[in-house]
Amino acid sequence: MASRSTPRFRFTQRERPAANERPRTRTEQLLTIGLFVLPGAAIYTLFLVFPIVQASYFSLHDWNGLGPVTDFIGLGNFERAFQHDVFVNSVIHSLTIMSLSLAIQLPLAIMLALMVGRKLPGRMIYRSIFFMPYVFSEVVTAIIWLFVYNPGGGMLNTVLSSIFPGYVPQGWLANRDIALLAVFFVITWKYFGLHMILYMAGLQSINSEVEESARIDGANELQVLRYITLPLLAPTIRLSVYLSVLGSLNQFVLVWVLTTGGPANATQVMASYMYRFGVKSFNLGYGSAVAVIIFVISLIFSIGYQRTIMRRDYAGSV
Amino acid sequence: MAEALAAITSSPRAPYRRWLSRGFQYLVLTALAFLVLGPILTAVLGGLKTTGELFAEPFGLPTIPRWENYTDIITGELFWRQLLNSAIIVTGTVSLTLMTSALLAFVFSRLVFTGRELLFNFFTLGLLFPVTIAFLPVFIQVRQLGLIDSYFGVILPLVAFGIPGSTLILRGFFRAIPSELEDAAYIDGCSTLGFFWYVLLPLARPALGAIVVLQTIVSWNEYFLPLLILTDDSKWPLTLGIMQFQGQYGTDWGRVMAFVSLLLVPAVLFYILTQKYIVTGLTGGELKG
Repeated sequence: MASRSTPRFRFTQRERPAANERPRTRTEQLLTIGLFVLPGAAIYTLFLVFPIVQASYFSLHDWNGLGPVTDFIGLGNFERAFQHDVFVNSVIHSLTIMSLSLAIQLPLAIMLALMVGRKLPGRMIYRSIFFMPYVFSEVVTAIIWLFVYNPGGGMLNTVLSSIFPGYVPQGWLANRDIALLAVFFVITWKYFGLHMILYMAGLQSINSEVEESARIDGANELQVLRYITLPLLAPTIRLSVYLSVLGSLNQFVLVWVLTTGGPANATQVMASYMYRFGVKSFNLGYGSAVAVIIFVISLIFSIGYQRTIMRRDYAGSV
Repeated sequence: MAEALAAITSSPRAPYRRWLSRGFQYLVLTALAFLVLGPILTAVLGGLKTTGELFAEPFGLPTIPRWENYTDIITGELFWRQLLNSAIIVTGTVSLTLMTSALLAFVFSRLVFTGRELLFNFFTLGLLFPVTIAFLPVFIQVRQLGLIDSYFGVILPLVAFGIPGSTLILRGFFRAIPSELEDAAYIDGCSTLGFFWYVLLPLARPALGAIVVLQTIVSWNEYFLPLLILTDDSKWPLTLGIMQFQGQYGTDWGRVMAFVSLLLVPAVLFYILTQKYIVTGLTGGELKG
């Protein structure tokens, strides 16, 4: 067996580059690569890489966005950000959304994937419904929820007062104590289906024979879930956690349309803070510094997470 | 999967447990389905109601359907103008993203040269900076290039931020195409470009479809980039249009919901038609690695 497959392997190894290179020279090949990479590289560099590099430069200056960038203030903008309790709170709010997503959204998504990923009749309908909000724009989603949360006769208040007599209508987004939770609920409403889909794909790649053999050996359903299914689902869980954390840190449009960061900055998140105190108050130097802080947080998390936790998942893919 | 479930459900000892567990699952799923659909249906029905009706009976059918909520919007010129603007932004973004990332993915999956992985990593680095948080640096750069109030000022950044994810997904699919096909094409005298165009792209159609659909969703829904970059409101897409409309008619919820439904219903139809591609794009490219 081995002696038969070895020569064939050698044959393709030798033959493929030859077929590849015979008609053209090395320069022609480099030219092809160059031409293929160029359009993407140009747009990517000009509109993604360069702006981010430039933002780190602007972040060291006091700059109102007009006129030349001359007023170098070193790390002054960063100091100012960390001394501004609204910014510090906005970081805390972003981290709160992140923790809630990990604690509530992901277990919910796993549970649903276990239900609708298996052979439940009608599962396609449920799956389609749960994933649907993912395609809606954040603006449209937020406007619908502005109605749901409306303090006057919004849907939520109407429903609750018909269920509980004597219920006092709430201003869900106007109350400092619950506004952030109300925003988080909308985020979950829009995105739990995405995570459910990821978990469903993960479940499909698990060989069901492993689960079945555990059952034959006498494991009950809970044990199968705990010791077989969830460990095999680990790569998907790691991916989902990663996307969930980055997604939470980047929340912006939903928050902005729902509350503009209010009441009294109670729902201000990092990106909305940058818009409010960087763009709207014409302080692009300061806004750039806030952008750099957000990038650094994402970068540290990302590299740390990929190097440690996701390492195993990449091992086979490169 | 089928056998696994049969093993749970056909346990001879306790058939009632199967019904109990089924019943419980349907209960949970149906409750959640109502939670998801409730606001959507309310919005669509609400478009036919007065605000008073909407507040008093959010789920009921309107007594007298107020079709003028809809007709006032779709007979106006503004709505169609904004629809056209959205279409321009979507078409530009999707076609440019598809073109650039297909070429990049081809290079990263099929051509061999030193520094390839390094270059690929450079392109995937962009995944860390979604446009939702990078809008400020992007806005400054667009302004420097004099692209304020130009559709390209919105399109090109959207393409730049779409390239990392799209390239990653396409590269996964291109790599899955067997190299025997490549050899055969070259032996038959195909050029690199010929192989790319006549063999690879047709075979990767599901993945290309996924990119088209995902980028359509992203660019159709984009709000902050056009807000910052398009100061001329005759160039505004529908996302800005609906915010403007909501600002204008904020208390007339019937009208606002009519506008919302005009965006929601096509989005639902689009979703139903393209669901397969969305799922392919979100799971196929990343999970199978």
